Amino acid sequence: MSLCLQARQLSCERDDRSLFKGLDLDIRSGEIVRIEGPNGSGKTSLLKILSGQLRDYEGELFWNGAAMQSVREHFLANLLYLGHAPGIKSGLSPLENLAWYQALSGESSGGQGSGAQEGEQQRLDALEQVGLAGFEDVPAGQLSAGQQRRVALARLTLTPRALWVLDEPFTAIDRHGVAALERQLIRHAQAGGCVLVTTHHELAASSLLRRIALG
Amino acid sequence: MWAFIHKLGSPKWFYGISAKLQPWFWAAAVLLLVTGSLWGLAFAPADYQQGNSFRIIYVHVPAAFLAQSIFISMAVSGLVFMVWKIKVADMAAAVMAPLGAAMTFVALFSGAVWGVPTWGTWWMWDARLTSMLILLFLYLGVIALRGAFTSRDSASRAASVLAMVGVINIPIIKYSVDWWYTLHQPASFTLTSRPTMPTEMWLPLVIMVLGFYSFFIALTLMRTRSEILRRESSKRWVQELVNGQVVNAQAEETR
Amino acid sequence: MDAPSVPLLEHQGGLMIAVKATLVRDLTLLLRRRGEVLNPLVFFALVITLFPIAISPDPELLATIAPGLLWVAALLAALLSLDSLFRSDYDDGSLEQLLLAPQPLAALSVAKVAVHWLLAGLPLALMAPLLGIMLALPAGSYAVLALSLALGTASLSLIGAIGAALTVGLARGGVLLSLLVLPLYIPVLIFGAGAVQAAILGDGVSAHLAILGALLAASLMLAPWAIAASLRISING
Repeated sequence: MSLCLQARQLSCERDDRSLFKGLDLDIRSGEIVRIEGPNGSGKTSLLKILSGQLRDYEGELFWNGAAMQSVREHFLANLLYLGHAPGIKSGLSPLENLAWYQALSGESSGGQGSGAQEGEQQRLDALEQVGLAGFEDVPAGQLSAGQQRRVALARLTLTPRALWVLDEPFTAIDRHGVAALERQLIRHAQAGGCVLVTTHHELAASSLLRRIALG
Repeated sequence: MWAFIHKLGSPKWFYGISAKLQPWFWAAAVLLLVTGSLWGLAFAPADYQQGNSFRIIYVHVPAAFLAQSIFISMAVSGLVFMVWKIKVADMAAAVMAPLGAAMTFVALFSGAVWGVPTWGTWWMWDARLTSMLILLFLYLGVIALRGAFTSRDSASRAASVLAMVGVINIPIIKYSVDWWYTLHQPASFTLTSRPTMPTEMWLPLVIMVLGFYSFFIALTLMRTRSEILRRESSKRWVQELVNGQVVNAQAEETR
Repeated sequence: MDAPSVPLLEHQGGLMIAVKATLVRDLTLLLRRRGEVLNPLVFFALVITLFPIAISPDPELLATIAPGLLWVAALLAALLSLDSLFRSDYDDGSLEQLLLAPQPLAALSVAKVAVHWLLAGLPLALMAPLLGIMLALPAGSYAVLALSLALGTASLSLIGAIGAALTVGLARGGVLLSLLVLPLYIPVLIFGAGAVQAAILGDGVSAHLAILGALLAASLMLAPWAIAASLRISING
């Protein structure tokens, strides 16, 4: 089963300023699509529209051939969106933060039993992968900006979603982390997933990478 | 059906049709308001109990009617805007809010003035006046919320939601305030509940109410038209319209 | 193409799991910042202290105005903590994520409102009888006071959350929030304070409490949709 997100004649106007007009997009399995454009060209707005957050657009969105309105839940169940803000509560530890995200994707994380232990193990593994082993129980507020961003990135391995929409995911991450994340994006595309990304970071050329210019 | 709704929603179409409708409503407003006030203030008989001071009813009641109606039309416009994304509806809602607040204030003020001869004081926590006061706060909330956003699109949506929430609450508020008032003070003498009002007294009142409504419609049309020009100033048809008028004016001058 | 190793998932529902996790998360967060939970209670006590000082220490006079004072002060105290209901979620981006959850946003926001009531409304209701003693509130009305506040503050939290959701995107939404929400609070105040008054007079209070319950039921049905719509507006401001 391959996924496919299509936009037809997408136009977005915010406060009478036209961001883009008549945009046609086809995003399919096995692709990394990089949205490019100068500041203020509507990259974030486009990602918000494509991830179903922003609804004041004109045109049509299709998810696997069906109109977005009718398959919203299915779409959201397969979407992982990371915005400018990491979405990490500073009062909670990385483990607790991830537990909430796990629950939102429909997996039971609290309580006792083997399911809960499995969930906890998955969280620990995900944190280890982003290099946060040993920080599992530190309140996220005491972590650096880059570490908080890594907690958010741990969701990529924690909750398997086919479509990743990442708005500037490389912000505040060190060189080592950038390389690892880049490898992860490619692996995801190779595995049949799909990545939609904006970034100022130069992505290494790859046959999977496609660029779309705005503005 | 859809084509019709969208045609209705097109600012350009609305601008055209409102230009045709507007003069009729202005004429009706002037005619009704002049007739109503002359009749009500000069010819209607004085009240046997309140004397001439009852004549303030001809301002107070229409203003109070309008104050509530405008809130409802504002909420309906907001609903139309949210459901069908019709921008004209939001422009109308935006110009209605200050007008509604003004009407509420007029109703409150005339009520207070009326209170002096009837109650001997400027303010009584009368059920009707209290509801009006709360309505004024609701209006002020909608206006303040619209003004607080930097993005006009968000402001429009937020104001629409608040207007809808408000309109659901208005009957609840009105009912609870009435209940509260009767509990604390058995209604001995309320302003406008007169079971038997002679025809010569209520007919001018009806005319005044209709006049206020015509005035409201005419003013809303006019202000919505200028709001359309303001918001659509970057659109081609507006620029053509403005340029066309400039060209006409120049032609007039050279003639 | 090879069979992808990232399968498309059917939406599994999991509404109860998500609601429970949201409840646990918000409760944990608030209980770690006890100050924020205690502040409204201290505010409540402080405001109640101001009245005898400003008006008169005469117990008879205080007793007549006590129901209204207690209700108004509790209402303001509950309002005080509303502004922070969605604000930290908005600031750190988790509100965006809440909007993108496959579960209905209205249900998840009710979970957040429930936490607000549990840690603001309910403690206020439990504390009110204590302050009632200080205002010489006549005996026989204490249980009604707590009960009416517990019922009423639930409605207040729901209605107030609409205002909080509408103003969360604004940098200084605090005062505006009170302006939007207070007029909508009036019916709850009328029947809440009315219940206590009726208890003092020895009248039946079941009618008042029933109306408070009806207001709560209506808010429970309608407010979540308004909250969800408002959050969607604010997140894109």
